[in-house]
Amino acid sequence: MRTALLIAGKDLRQRVRDRSALLIALVVPFVLASIFGLTLHNVDTGRITFSYALVDQDHGAAARSFLTDVLGPVERQGVARVKVEQSLASGRADVNAGRVAATFVVPAGFSAAVAAARPASIQVLGNVDDAIGTLVARSLAQSYAGGIDGVRLAVAAVGPTSAADAGRLAARARAAPPAVTLVDVSATRKELGPGTYYAAGMAVFFLFFTVQFGITSVLDERRDGTLARMFAAPVSRHAVLLGKLVTSLVLGVVSMTVLAVATHVVLGAHWGNPLGVAILILCGVLAATAVMALVATLAKTPDQAGAWGSMVALVLAMLGGSFFSVSQAGGAIATLSLATPHAWFLRGLEDLAGGAGPAAVVGPAAAMLVFAAVTGGIALTRVGKLIEP
Amino acid sequence: MSDTVLVCAELRKRFGDVQAVNGISFRIEAGETFGLLGPNGAGKTTTISIICGLLEADGGTVEVAGSPLTARSVAAKAAIGYVPQDLAIYPDLSAAENLRFFAKLYGLPSARARQRVAEVLDVVGLAERGDDQAKTYSGGMKRRLNIGIGLLHRPRLLVLDEPTVGVDPQSRNAILESIERLASEGMAVLYTTHYMEEAERLCDRIGIVDLGELKAEGTRAELVALVGQHDRVQLQGTGDLEAGARACAGLASVRAASVRDGAIELIVDHARAALVDLLQTSVAAGVEVASVEVDEPDLEAVFLHLTGKALRD
Repeated sequence: MRTALLIAGKDLRQRVRDRSALLIALVVPFVLASIFGLTLHNVDTGRITFSYALVDQDHGAAARSFLTDVLGPVERQGVARVKVEQSLASGRADVNAGRVAATFVVPAGFSAAVAAARPASIQVLGNVDDAIGTLVARSLAQSYAGGIDGVRLAVAAVGPTSAADAGRLAARARAAPPAVTLVDVSATRKELGPGTYYAAGMAVFFLFFTVQFGITSVLDERRDGTLARMFAAPVSRHAVLLGKLVTSLVLGVVSMTVLAVATHVVLGAHWGNPLGVAILILCGVLAATAVMALVATLAKTPDQAGAWGSMVALVLAMLGGSFFSVSQAGGAIATLSLATPHAWFLRGLEDLAGGAGPAAVVGPAAAMLVFAAVTGGIALTRVGKLIEP
Repeated sequence: MSDTVLVCAELRKRFGDVQAVNGISFRIEAGETFGLLGPNGAGKTTTISIICGLLEADGGTVEVAGSPLTARSVAAKAAIGYVPQDLAIYPDLSAAENLRFFAKLYGLPSARARQRVAEVLDVVGLAERGDDQAKTYSGGMKRRLNIGIGLLHRPRLLVLDEPTVGVDPQSRNAILESIERLASEGMAVLYTTHYMEEAERLCDRIGIVDLGELKAEGTRAELVALVGQHDRVQLQGTGDLEAGARACAGLASVRAASVRDGAIELIVDHARAALVDLLQTSVAAGVEVASVEVDEPDLEAVFLHLTGKALRD
């Protein structure tokens, strides 16, 4: 072990002096995570706020109900801002000028028509440049119209009544609980915010390049003759290899830890329970090191190992969701992604994002360890070739 | 009492269809410099790789300082200092860091390692630049560091695989002087080269290798004698050259004497040793010697005789 630590110490000193290693291990993943996170920040946080205008030409109870019972709650949730326009012209002007996504027009006689169980409608003037905002506006109007329809049918079923009876019926119908309600069930696995998602995605993607600096340096040393020089010394060849593995593990753990802390402090990424994150990082580093050890045993030259390692890292990262959420794709791709440590690493963070403790990452950690054991095991069968001088 | 440091017996190594080493045997005593002389591809580096435990031999044995050597042996390897043909240093570490790393790899305790690093930096002339990264060194400085690493643990056997290839004359001379000094201090040296003049200068005994076989082994004189060649001395001058030639012919070391083109031509055993007697005898016989020319048969001729080809083919 003394020899392994000696070799690891020498390797780490070399890596610290190698600016390209620092760039790949720390700077590039941090910068990319920043870019991705900042670019997609608004999409995730639900902060998209639609602007609407309302033109009330009716001034009746039903029109007020639309404003207070439908648009009011939406505005309070921050989804929409609603301003009341006094005329249809100003409402249309708002749409044409792009000041609002859509204008609701409640026509004169709307409330009376509702009370008389006659057909009634709310018009939506949509901004063609804001298709989503218009679509949301139509949905809001549609949902209110659906409620009104229920009232209208109830009144029609009772038959001709007085206006007072109709009003009472309508009030009762409105007060009746809906047949179907949506309940927000708190999930144990939460979706990561983009800041966290891309911080973790980039960190685990570049982890594979970082650990490569350790284990595949055996090939560099063989090319440069220093491996033969080490083997000529009274040390075990396996101790030399162990030193390289220690280098990979230290580089991987340090780079991931620094990235986790830096993205938390600077980008506001929320990685979750520190112990849980530490377990995930350790297992991820083991998996990445095992993969790159396998690549090193297959390659004949450092260049070949570099090229193959890059390809493996890229394919696993794409499949594992480092760049975009593969789980949303569903089907075979989502299933296939579970064959990558990246997917399990991100899944582990999602588990932690629900506020869970370290126990929540047992599954993802075990999956990464299995991955490490399989790839590392294959590498072990070929290790004799790697330690030929 | 002899102090044998290296014994190689019947070493064999095959790579596919190529028999790289075929029954090579030799031994080296303490303080002796043994040269393996042969062209590129003769099997010198393979032999050295087996001796240093880098390659497993297909057959034969190696014993270093009394310990049998294998790829896993510790005692035998600890007695060897290995200097590979190509530079095997870490360019992004300083000379001191390179030396410190290998000192610890050879198990030197920290205090001893510090002391030896300082000493070796001094020996290889890098004390002034010891803290600079090796990539900033000249080619000659890198070569000297490459050799210095092999000296760190004061090995009983120093193995140098063509250490002067691609080195400028000044650095080459410095390297050769260092090796001469180490041998004089009692270190056994195994030196491979395809430069005949280096082998002649450094080596007490020389093994001539070709096609994986040790064709002949001995001192330079023994090798020359093996092919039946003698030194030639030409004394140019005036006076009674015939009388001078007759007088010289009476000396024990002289095999033949004649006068040709105003000079005495002599075929002699060990010309350098006999030169003083030859001059005194010819002067006494009435010759005024103006110049002396000594022509000794070299290893190139021996190699040509043994292998049928020139050393640098």
